[in-house]
Amino acid sequence: MASEIEIRLTVNGEPVVERVEARLSLVDFLREKLHLTGSHVGCEHGVCGACTVLVDGEIVRGCLTLAAQADGSSVTSIEGASDSGEIADLQAAFHERNALQCGFCTPAMLLSADALLKRNPAPSREDIRLWLSGNYCRCTGYHAIVDAVASVAEVRRNNSI
Amino acid sequence: MKPAPFEYLRAKSIGETLAFLGAHDEAAILAGGQSLLAMMNMRAAAPSHLVDISGIEDLRKIKTESGDLVLGALVRHCDLETSSLVADGLPLLAEAASQLAHPAIRNRGTIGGSLALADPAAELPACILALEGTIEATGAAGTRRIAAEGFFTGAFATALTENEVLTAVRCPVPVKNTRFSYEKLARRHGDYALVGLAARAGLRNGRLEAPRFAFFAAADRPVLARSAAAVLDGEAPDAEIIERACTALREDLDPVGQPGCSAGTKMHLAGVLLRRAVARLIG
Repeated sequence: MASEIEIRLTVNGEPVVERVEARLSLVDFLREKLHLTGSHVGCEHGVCGACTVLVDGEIVRGCLTLAAQADGSSVTSIEGASDSGEIADLQAAFHERNALQCGFCTPAMLLSADALLKRNPAPSREDIRLWLSGNYCRCTGYHAIVDAVASVAEVRRNNSI
Repeated sequence: MKPAPFEYLRAKSIGETLAFLGAHDEAAILAGGQSLLAMMNMRAAAPSHLVDISGIEDLRKIKTESGDLVLGALVRHCDLETSSLVADGLPLLAEAASQLAHPAIRNRGTIGGSLALADPAAELPACILALEGTIEATGAAGTRRIAAEGFFTGAFATALTENEVLTAVRCPVPVKNTRFSYEKLARRHGDYALVGLAARAGLRNGRLEAPRFAFFAAADRPVLARSAAAVLDGEAPDAEIIERACTALREDLDPVGQPGCSAGTKMHLAGVLLRRAVARLIG
């Protein structure tokens, strides 16, 4: 029977071996097996973006990726990205600009924003809105989020010169 | 919701994939999973077995071969966005991919998955139709090629048999003087289209040659607007000719309305997109 499968992967830098149900999504695996509850489960069909995590350095939908498919991969969740300090500037900017209220979308928003800035260090406000269109926020109206991402983009550009 | 239970099978080759499909009547192929897993989460699909083909490295290749651009079934939308072969030969695909869903979905969704699923509102089936693409399918009897015009047979229906795997799609790389246009109307960035249009045409001395207009989200499958194309073929379109093409478009399309967008609105929007596409093709 292959309705259960053993997976070996790296999560936030640490090796993990677990036996999982085939139907377990990656985000449920992180939350329920590893108790990493910073990744959130919203719509469960790929629309809201709250489950965003990194697989081998690329943002993916945690609800549209099976834990089984992450076998052999390196997964980074908001806990790993936060602990490493690599998105501390984005976190501070979100805080300073009130770019969150309830916080449900925030972990995924931070990972998506960081992915944008790594790909395009000088995004326009329209670029930021387009990129983040796959991450829903029901509190802020997005304006403060775009402000925060734009300000970090500028600081990172200045620091890299 | 969570998907119904299923068995997970990892295929290491096309042969193994075919063996799995042959052994299990209710099996489904898992590529990027960006539509299939969503449908399973909503219990709109409940396969007994998932055959994961994502480990078959041969299916990830993008190459040129005897004048065709050949895209393996596992080429992802993000690969179409960034491939220099695609940018140089068929930039229409790069443009379509860059507006398809959202970055996190483009990192996993595949062209083979999109074509095999044949969602009538999907972007890539219409692009392949506009580009005169050919789909390669492998079954027990070998590999056959199916022209895009005969591949899409209805909503979520294709010419693939139950025991065939879509392995690649090939599109002729056009000669010089070829123009492309990609237009999509959606309520929000990344949503499925209300109506969309992928177009290709030759342009010589301001005249359109053999234009192909493939609409999506306008019928139960991607549709070539042959009557509108016939009006425009060989012409240097002015306002009067474009209006005649828009009138002819009514013979090509018979859209079905959806909540928030009636059939009449879709027909109107299809005309809007045709005008935009022609302007871009000759611009």
